[in-house]
Amino acid sequence: MAVYKRTYRRYDGQLTAQWSRFLVLTRYALSTLFDSRPFTAFVVLSAIPLLLTGALIYLTHSPMARTLLQVTGTGPIINVDPSFFRQVLMNQGMLAFLMTAWAGPGLVAPDLANQALPLYLSRPFSRAEYVLGKMGVLFLLLSAITWLPVLLLFALQSGLAEAGWFAENYWMMGSIFLSGILWIIVISLLSLAISAWVRWRIVASVFLFGIFFVAAAFAEMINGILSTTRGHLLNIAHLIFGVIWPSLFRLGQEVAAANPHARHPHLPPGAVVPLPPPPIPLWQAWMVVLVVCSLCLLLLNRRLRAREVVRG
Amino acid sequence: MLPIIEFDGLTVSLGGREILHGLSGALNGKAIGLLGPNGAGKSTFINTLLGFHKPSKGTVRVHGRDVCIEAMAVRRMIGYMPENESFIAGMSGVRFVRYMAELAGLPAEEALERAHEAFFYVGLGEARYRKLGTYSLGMKQLAKLAQAIAHGPNLLLLDEPTNGLDPPARLRMLQLIREIRDTPGMNLVLSSHLLHDVEECCDEVLILNDGRIAALCNLEEERKANRKFLELETIGDENAFAEAAEGMGCECALFSRGRMKIVLPNEIELRQIYQLAAEKGVQIRRMNHRRDSLEDIFLRAMEEPGASPIAPLAAHGGSPRL
Repeated sequence: MAVYKRTYRRYDGQLTAQWSRFLVLTRYALSTLFDSRPFTAFVVLSAIPLLLTGALIYLTHSPMARTLLQVTGTGPIINVDPSFFRQVLMNQGMLAFLMTAWAGPGLVAPDLANQALPLYLSRPFSRAEYVLGKMGVLFLLLSAITWLPVLLLFALQSGLAEAGWFAENYWMMGSIFLSGILWIIVISLLSLAISAWVRWRIVASVFLFGIFFVAAAFAEMINGILSTTRGHLLNIAHLIFGVIWPSLFRLGQEVAAANPHARHPHLPPGAVVPLPPPPIPLWQAWMVVLVVCSLCLLLLNRRLRAREVVRG
Repeated sequence: MLPIIEFDGLTVSLGGREILHGLSGALNGKAIGLLGPNGAGKSTFINTLLGFHKPSKGTVRVHGRDVCIEAMAVRRMIGYMPENESFIAGMSGVRFVRYMAELAGLPAEEALERAHEAFFYVGLGEARYRKLGTYSLGMKQLAKLAQAIAHGPNLLLLDEPTNGLDPPARLRMLQLIREIRDTPGMNLVLSSHLLHDVEECCDEVLILNDGRIAALCNLEEERKANRKFLELETIGDENAFAEAAEGMGCECALFSRGRMKIVLPNEIELRQIYQLAAEKGVQIRRMNHRRDSLEDIFLRAMEEPGASPIAPLAAHGGSPRL
């Protein structure tokens, strides 16, 4: 309709596919996030560790580069093995956590504060699509700084390493992908659930930090008092980084130091030292992760409604 | 032709309380008014049409589609203007409406074009690039209307559209509503406390009271009946006059001090009443074409809890020969 006509007319044209509507949410939310220059700078800076890691991998395999840079010694600069990729992914995982603490709370809380959910849900748009759209924002952002670039580093290593390296280590691609996706899903769900229940963004970010760091402190406290490792069941970061990821990278859990006296320095030499507590079973770690994700989905289900019903 | 909204034994319970109690009826009007005192269940009814609340019993259909089974199809047809301040933070007006139109299924380019059109249509063309947070209350109401119509729905649900508007803005809003109502293929439901707004825009009214239907009447037929409904104030032999009028086929109701109400059949003209009065020596001091206004219907509906829905012509007061 030309503006000069200024009459109402119905729309009889084509509609977009129902399954793709949640991407509208993702697109607009990403656009809003990248309107912020500090956030854009943070995203760009998150790539620097990856670039440095790529340079290290290149240096490891390039004698000429080592000569030019006057790097002495004949041994490898770094051992590019599963442990290496796990460590890189862990480092990027921490950056992903910071990014989630920045971007996550602003995804749901403003919509609830401004009573926007009836506008969303009065359209052919479900609550599940709403959550999917919001999670899509975090999924895209966090993937861009976690498993995706680490896979590229893996490709770089595969290209530079000797023949047969890829054939021996191709399984790591799945490990990198699954590890990254798992971490993204957990922190995304936590962030959205907190954002749905805490209306102020700063407080929601603090909450998210609290869940990880306060829980970690509690876990250590319990472990120290009860001489156990079961306290780590409260520490979701340890369960993922220290139990599940090592199993995905075929590394085994980090157990207590081989020297028992290192764990009990107050005991005199020759004293009988108690056995180290058993590590957390893998199935328990997965169970806790599943419970946390389910709890987050339950909280989102309770909160994300078009109309709040007050029980009278 | 299918009713616009049809409900059969519709019962909605929220928080352990029954809010709507077994509503049954059909609404066919171009513009349907939804009236009722606070807590009558108007918002619950609208929320049920949108699929926000599930009926605990009964069914409700919009254009023949069950709201519970075909919720997405129903929402595709609906544009909703909520009562309270609802918007997406940090967006300009046109971006907000474009966003809402894309969520309703419009392709991005179409959504942008229609967002601009909607803003010009509601009179906010010059302000469309401003952030929503900077809008006045009246502008926000118009922006809400713009997002409700941008995707071209068949049925508009307007919840208190004139809330907080000053008189010129209110008139503009009502004019827009009437224009939209007159668009072919368009229907709307207007929920309001302001009887005058409903009377101006709607041709059918559903009055709720305490979760039940207090009245369901067709205002268009009421308006037609209006022309045949007289209130007279006479001096003289009103009994003879009334008898003679009844002899002509009119319905008469006598009140004290020479006041009477007469309902004329279609074939009787007004001048015949004047002639009859002259013949019987009755002076007609005052004559009004007064019918039960919507206010009368509303107040009567509120006074008679549990009354069955009132049919159009039977709503006229006064039994013959009181």
